[in-house]
Amino acid sequence: MPPVGDRSVSAPVVPPPVDFGRRGYVVRARRVAASARLDRRAIVIVAALIVVLLVVSVATLAIGTYQLTVGEVVSALFGQGESRVRLIVVEWRLPRLLLAIGCGIALAISGAIFQSITRNPLGSPDVIGLDAGAYTGALVVMLVIGSGSYSLIAAGSVIGGLATAAVVYLLAYRGGVEGFRLIIVGIGVGALLASFNTYFLLIVDVNQAIVAASWGAGSLNALGWDQLGPFSLVLLALLPFVVALAPGLSQGELGDDAAQALGSNVERTRLFSTIVAVALTALVTAAAGPISFIALVAPQLAKRMTGLPGLGLVASAAVGATLLATADFIAQRIALPVGLVTVSAGGCYLIWLLVREYRRS
Amino acid sequence: MRTRTPAARNALNAAGMLVLLAALLGICVLSVLVGARDMAASDVIKGLFVFDGSTEHLVVWESRVPRTLIGLFVGPALGVCGALIQAFTRNPLADPGILGVNAGASFAVTIAVGLFGITSASGYVWFAFAGALIVTVAVYVLGATGRSGITPEKLTLAGVAISAVLGGVASAITLKNREAFDSVRFWAVGSLAGRSLETLWAIVPFIVVGLVLAIAISRSLNVIALGDDLGRSLGARVDVTRVLTIASVTLLAGGATAVAGPIAFVGLMVPHAVRWFTGPDQRWIIPYSMVAAAILLLVSDVVGRILLPSAELRVGIMTAVIGAPILILLARRRMAHGL
Repeated sequence: MPPVGDRSVSAPVVPPPVDFGRRGYVVRARRVAASARLDRRAIVIVAALIVVLLVVSVATLAIGTYQLTVGEVVSALFGQGESRVRLIVVEWRLPRLLLAIGCGIALAISGAIFQSITRNPLGSPDVIGLDAGAYTGALVVMLVIGSGSYSLIAAGSVIGGLATAAVVYLLAYRGGVEGFRLIIVGIGVGALLASFNTYFLLIVDVNQAIVAASWGAGSLNALGWDQLGPFSLVLLALLPFVVALAPGLSQGELGDDAAQALGSNVERTRLFSTIVAVALTALVTAAAGPISFIALVAPQLAKRMTGLPGLGLVASAAVGATLLATADFIAQRIALPVGLVTVSAGGCYLIWLLVREYRRS
Repeated sequence: MRTRTPAARNALNAAGMLVLLAALLGICVLSVLVGARDMAASDVIKGLFVFDGSTEHLVVWESRVPRTLIGLFVGPALGVCGALIQAFTRNPLADPGILGVNAGASFAVTIAVGLFGITSASGYVWFAFAGALIVTVAVYVLGATGRSGITPEKLTLAGVAISAVLGGVASAITLKNREAFDSVRFWAVGSLAGRSLETLWAIVPFIVVGLVLAIAISRSLNVIALGDDLGRSLGARVDVTRVLTIASVTLLAGGATAVAGPIAFVGLMVPHAVRWFTGPDQRWIIPYSMVAAAILLLVSDVVGRILLPSAELRVGIMTAVIGAPILILLARRRMAHGL
């Protein structure tokens, strides 16, 4: 371009690339205003988790009372092979595996959202009494109404959980919900319901109490395609909301004032995120009972593995899915509710990470 | 909250303390007078001073006096423990269980029942106490080592991790063993009833040492609340204070759990409620927590006794029923404060 007047127009100034201290890639969509910064270490970690998940999945499908080879499993998945093998793999073992993966994803995302909203590493849906409420709902169905029907218990737990979350939110609402007040009210309501739950378990006879406690630990036993269908539909319907809310949540981590200055509607983001996170947890509770600890530990593990601050939803989801699928593989071997295995296995892994941090320093 | 001069604030806090002590005295009297068995107050008082071996007098000495005394030691232990752990971790969600105390005690009791077949409450005491101590030390070692020293965040995570593993294994044992499940489900809900005075006296020295430690470090905790660096420059010995805090928490929570079983919520709720009145000064929060927690525990015990004389409304259940509405009301009425 020729010089105009005394001002010369040079080539646009390209700023030197910012050194974040980590290697990564920036992806920009051409038409839509969307971009993402992908961190190389995070990509490697998520890829590694997916490989582990695949190995665990094949093992889950192959190993059991009726042992299968990897070849038989793969051909059964593609509709080949003996019909008996297809029945075992596709009808019995596959839906349970997919449910474990789906529950892991839902719980991990829900936990990441709650830890972000409450800005507390101990934040999880339990904080607002969701699990205690779901357990109360299920106990009322099992012990007061005396029904063992899966769908009734699921309905009871969802109603109990959602009603509790709504009550906590309303009690904590005074022209806006401040994180600290939400936590305190949640503690109070949760403790109250936990008392009722303990009371129920004390007054019934020991056999009923064991059945109820097993449900309370969270189990994927005897679940199949009938449960997987509605579960996946709801999960897939909720995920777009998570994607839409993620930028607002990240901004919220800067503090309410900074986030507002950046144009984020903090109160609205918080309300919608709470609703989505509660729905995700309620979904899992309805399907499998309150599987604890994944929501708490998956975001923490993801953060420690990737070394990235912020939400880390994808990494959390990958950790959650791998963790729950692995835990369910172990749970099937030792015939215990999967919730007990997640607690032990997740805890051991967290201990190992802490020990490793010590050795490294 | 309106700003007051420090002197006015102290006078107000001292007056509040007197009211609390009077309330504690009142509830103690009530705890001895009221129970499942209908007795005239004069009979009870006679039984206290002139023991004649009758059933009524036995009830007073074997049941009502012990549970009142147990409440008087266990309550302060739980309340102070909660105040310390919240100040230490700077986390409003932290309760005495966060360092693995309850998980350790429950795990040890599960082992005692499940593997050794011990089923008497007095047999559990030392298992529970030892479990609590060992696990807290393990949490401390795991969370405190490394370059950065004792940081609240690492300690919290270590406590959560170890508690989770022990809790999972303990539940697995009980779900596979019906007798163990039955014993543990009752032990796991704290109660002031059915414990002998010998049990209490054996544990009391640990609780007293814990309480004295807590009062001794309350000044340093105030300084550390300003942040590690500022605290150090003001002359606080941050690491020493933290070690002493954990020692105190372990003795208090371990002792309380050994005597009464796990009682949730008291340690979590009382310091929050107290803080709204006293402000952030640990020198007031700790004594207030002591008295208020004892009141909450004894009121819960008495109300449980009146509502259901069959002793199914154990104190571990009633504390939340009575305390939770108070906590929620306070959270709604007062300006919400962080720590």
